[in-house]
Amino acid sequence: MNNPEVFYLFGVAAVLILIAGLYSIIMTNNLVRVLIGVEILIKAVTVLIIVAGHFANRMALAQVIVISVIVIEVVVTAVAAGVILGLFKHEKSLSVRIVENLKG
Amino acid sequence: MNGDFQLAIAVILLICLGLSALWTVMTRRLIYAVAGLAVTSAFVTILMFTMEAPLAGAFELSVCAGLIPAIFLSVISMVRKHTSQTLRAQALEQIRRFWLLPVIIVAVGIVLLLTRLPTPVAPAPLAPENAKKVLWNARSADLLGQITILLAGAFAVVVLLKGPRDE
Repeated sequence: MNNPEVFYLFGVAAVLILIAGLYSIIMTNNLVRVLIGVEILIKAVTVLIIVAGHFANRMALAQVIVISVIVIEVVVTAVAAGVILGLFKHEKSLSVRIVENLKG
Repeated sequence: MNGDFQLAIAVILLICLGLSALWTVMTRRLIYAVAGLAVTSAFVTILMFTMEAPLAGAFELSVCAGLIPAIFLSVISMVRKHTSQTLRAQALEQIRRFWLLPVIIVAVGIVLLLTRLPTPVAPAPLAPENAKKVLWNARSADLLGQITILLAGAFAVVVLLKGPRDE
């Protein structure tokens, strides 16, 4: 399975998942859906790191980098969820528009 | 295992992964989106195990398919419920915004598969490495960074979720 054709196939799949995440972030009006779009983006990056590690025969390094990505992902999700809840307490809405009206 | 069989499994996994990601993004209810996210993580985990990355796969399954959906569910449970009318309006809005996404994905997929961009040449095989040794010896600075980020995240969540101070 370690040939350029398979690597290309996985790369195309990662790009398509990346497009889905980006489209979700751009088009949605809901803050939770924006966060889900970010998660989808991170999934695409994770797939690409693992496939690149497999292709380059550096699987151990790829696993370590993926673990770092997962740790950062969970912290980002937790903090963003806290921010979303804080905004909902103040504004009673999950709309992206409320972020545009913030000070600064 | 046969190479063609492995390739067939990889292609099936990639198709399932793409479809679950598309479902996550396009579904109208947030609960279904969170379930789709967990399923996507499960497919990524299977992909990791087929690519001989069990350590990362275990992390992905426990954290991304377990903890993160739990965080999302707790957020969704704390926000306001929808009425049936707002739910219907939201579904129509979702269809209006996202009908173009499958078309874009299919078009980009066909273009990328037909144009066949150049791929890097695979390097010479190295001696097999142990992930735990790489983590503890070669990338030990990453551990410090991860601990710092976890502490900062915990502190941020505590500050954000703290109730108003009694006057």
